[in-house]
Amino acid sequence: MFTIVAREEMAAGTVILNEILAPSIAAKARPGQFLILKANEKGERIPLTMAETDPEKGTVTVIYMVVGKSTELFKRLKVGETYQDVIGPLGQPTHIEPGKNVICVGGGTGVAVLHPIARGMKQAGCNVTSIIGARNKDLIILEDKMRLASHELHVCTDDGSYGHAGFVTEVLKEKLKDGGVDQVVAIGPVPMMKFVSQMTREFGVPTMVSLNPIMIDGTGMCGGCRVTVGGEIKFGCVDGPEFDGHQVDFDELMLRLKAYAAEERCSHERCACEERGAQ
Amino acid sequence: MSATQTPRQAMPEQEPAVRARNFEEVPLGYTPEMAMAEAGRCLQCKKPACVQGCPVNIDIPGFIKHIAEGELDKAIGKIWERNLLPAICGRVCPQESQCEGNCLLGRKGEPVAIGNLERFAADWEREHHACVLPSSDDATGKKVAVIGSGPSSLTVASDLVLKGHGVTLFEAFHKPGGVLVYGIPEFRLPKDIVAAEVACLESQGVKLESDVVVGRTVTVDELFEQGFDAVYLGVGAGLPKFMKIPGENLVGVLSANEYLTRANLMKAYLFPEVDTPIPRGRRVAVLGGGNVAMDSARTAMRMGAEAVSLIYRRSRDEMPARKAEIHHAEEEGLHFELLTNPVRYVGDDQGRLRAIECVRMELGEVDASGRRRPVAVPGSEFTVECDLAIVAIGSGANPLLPGSTPDLPLNKWGYVIADSNTGKTGKKGVWSGGDIVTGAATVILAMGAGRKAADSIHEYLTWGW
Repeated sequence: MFTIVAREEMAAGTVILNEILAPSIAAKARPGQFLILKANEKGERIPLTMAETDPEKGTVTVIYMVVGKSTELFKRLKVGETYQDVIGPLGQPTHIEPGKNVICVGGGTGVAVLHPIARGMKQAGCNVTSIIGARNKDLIILEDKMRLASHELHVCTDDGSYGHAGFVTEVLKEKLKDGGVDQVVAIGPVPMMKFVSQMTREFGVPTMVSLNPIMIDGTGMCGGCRVTVGGEIKFGCVDGPEFDGHQVDFDELMLRLKAYAAEERCSHERCACEERGAQ
Repeated sequence: MSATQTPRQAMPEQEPAVRARNFEEVPLGYTPEMAMAEAGRCLQCKKPACVQGCPVNIDIPGFIKHIAEGELDKAIGKIWERNLLPAICGRVCPQESQCEGNCLLGRKGEPVAIGNLERFAADWEREHHACVLPSSDDATGKKVAVIGSGPSSLTVASDLVLKGHGVTLFEAFHKPGGVLVYGIPEFRLPKDIVAAEVACLESQGVKLESDVVVGRTVTVDELFEQGFDAVYLGVGAGLPKFMKIPGENLVGVLSANEYLTRANLMKAYLFPEVDTPIPRGRRVAVLGGGNVAMDSARTAMRMGAEAVSLIYRRSRDEMPARKAEIHHAEEEGLHFELLTNPVRYVGDDQGRLRAIECVRMELGEVDASGRRRPVAVPGSEFTVECDLAIVAIGSGANPLLPGSTPDLPLNKWGYVIADSNTGKTGKKGVWSGGDIVTGAATVILAMGAGRKAADSIHEYLTWGW
């Protein structure tokens, strides 16, 4: 079970795609939902939103950036090897309203989560404009797929190495000025989602963001994934992962995401040392 | 010397100063000599009150007689007739209010150490493998899905497999055992013991499917469609309660569920040998007065805290924790801040917890719970410095599974409504028991509910609804 059937290295090897055999999950999964994955006996339970599901093949796909020890361990898994545990589908599916004028904004690996939503919206008769961005050209992922899932696609790079030079928010602002936008979907790094939400608030455009707080069980049991939304405490795992971006306390979320920064560094460095020692 | 005059055999334990810094089990267990001496104290009552006090009605005088006579291999067989999880129950049951609380010897002196003897019998068997498990009846061809793998579910599974039904346990986590593995710490219930008792069920034919979140991966109705004839919901309470006071989302404020799951299920106390981190507080405050609060506080000490305070709004007499746990915690250096209620968490500019502002309480009139209601003393605010706070004030009903089973009747707090004698719910073919019915309670009460439900499920599979 949970065998990797396809693997791809994207964004110069910093972003990895794993297509995993998990028929019972694939049969149930809907856009916007997430999985919890655990590489081996000693591994952490890591939540990742699904990029793709194929009920016929019985597979689910995750795309993640390699940032710490756990994602490093995920990266080392080869085709034919297995995740010890894959749990899901968790969280609420994306609510799609047909026939809307939508702007989908994606940053970094957030584009992987955004893609099935954009595609779903296009299929539901929405007019989809997508704006995707990354630090540089090498880090842009899924450009072709996003082009297919959108009526109009804009690509941005922070360093100007490709497409529009600058942040996704700059293109977004021009589009918002043009008016006629019913909804914005923003998925990416927390600061990006924060700035997008600030901007769309000014224009009065409803905005949905997908959060990835620290969590353990993913079923509402531990309460580790608490986020403040509209002054109320919500659990990212069961109430989310998608929330109204105008209501989310992003600053608190950023502080909570850094809760284990020191431990994560320690763990990742040890992992890197073990790897060097083994060679 | 008559039985009443023989002193109760004290349980050998790790020294408090030593054990407060390790995760090894605290009580070391009786030697066979000690067990036989303790068993010799039992009066073998004709109408044993201890059995009445046991939610699963173990033949207590029966198994104790075997130990007293040195027939150690027969003792466990006697227990297994009513309970396939004796190593767990011997460790975590509140014996003082159940079997031992009813022991005749306890009226004049100290009751027979029934819990210690149950534990001894189970541990002796696990080391010697001298006994044959009870044999199952002929296969009935009926299939039962048991959702969750905590104490009530394990009891249902063990009872039904013995009656010849096919049983599959569905567990949302990656390991079976429910609260026994994520909630109760290693030093109170070693996880290899839970694993051994689950393995014992599997050897009896019970199937286990972990990583399945019923309500998400598969629904109850889909389980019926897949051919299960009956479903038992033993999913526990599992929704952490918070106090809804300012600052609750500061870094360093955790639910006991999160803290204990990191420590126990994920073995985060071994970090960085394992990958899951856990906050190591220097000064730790635990909010609550139950067993979960004691477990959290004692875990924090073992994680190297300099000081651990337990903040509880009533007095010591009202604490719901087992007496033995309070005693153990106190020996290990836990500080009680009684008649105290937190009013807000105070953070630093990095959003990390720095202190808790509290108010002193006094006890007023008796409330609906039968305990005197704590009332704040005006102007008594003071601050408890801490960098880690663990909230252990109870659990509510987790709505995930009921929410995906729309025709399952719930009460106004979201708990499943089930008949207290049979465990039958308002949905045909579905039984439920344990914390998702009663609210957070004890392991053995959950097992008692499981036993009744198993009898009722067997009746249904034999005769119909």
